[in-house]
Amino acid sequence: MSLSLVRLDDRLIHGQVVIGWGQPLHVGFIVLVDDEVKNSAWEQDLYRMGVPPGIDVLFVSVADVARHLAEWTADPRPGILLVGDIDTLANLIAAAGAGGIARINVGGVHHRPGRTERLRYVYLTDEEAAKLKQLATNGVEVSAQDVPTARAVPIGEFL
Amino acid sequence: MSEPTPSPTVGVIISHAEVAAALVGAVRTISGVSDALQAVSNEGCDPKALAQRIEEAIGERPAVLFVDLPGGSCLSSAVRLSRGRGERAVVTGVNLAMLLDFVFHRDVPPAEAAKRAVEAGSRAIRTPAA
Repeated sequence: MSLSLVRLDDRLIHGQVVIGWGQPLHVGFIVLVDDEVKNSAWEQDLYRMGVPPGIDVLFVSVADVARHLAEWTADPRPGILLVGDIDTLANLIAAAGAGGIARINVGGVHHRPGRTERLRYVYLTDEEAAKLKQLATNGVEVSAQDVPTARAVPIGEFL
Repeated sequence: MSEPTPSPTVGVIISHAEVAAALVGAVRTISGVSDALQAVSNEGCDPKALAQRIEEAIGERPAVLFVDLPGGSCLSSAVRLSRGRGERAVVTGVNLAMLLDFVFHRDVPPAEAAKRAVEAGSRAIRTPAA
């Protein structure tokens, strides 16, 4: 399987993803799952600006995931799949089907009113926390890790 | 009755961690100018919260938004907030040299101030003979 990382990160494509993870994983492509960005040419240009030449960026909708997941996992290049919020993540996992996505990296969900701190880089409302727990209950391995040099924190330690 | 004097363009530095605050401090130390720049860090905030921090730093003034990297969360927020707004301009790859030039040349529209800052910042990047 060449999707090396399936990551929840509200900043989507940024330094931690491209440099922090991209360099050690030798990433060849990034799949950004976001219905809004998929339909916005200027936002796509903006996200591409932060990506070095040699890394392909695919902008897809949740509906595209089921159609293309097998193709991404068969790609010999290491890849990162990114989502920005927990609802999209849950929809994506449902769309991928049983065994489609087995492991989730919670990379960054930052502070906003209504959320409480679970880790330095993970803030969740109670509703978001419950949705994340449900994914784990359903058999997805969920851990938090902002950069590869940090320890992966299992969901049981922060929720 | 005379026209009101337009506000000078403010520089808002948007960075990871404490880079922006350090640059503001360095400009103040070197130039003595203390009212031209504002620092915003993306530390610990999601895109909406970062946008709010930037808006608060800009206020109602014309602004050049200086961003540390040419991609990522700081740039995304800066471009979103400036798109289609002539009173705002964005510069990436902020460095001390461009800021020191900027603080003395703020009585021009943001696009012009941004262009000048890029030229000043680019001139500072060299590989002098050792």
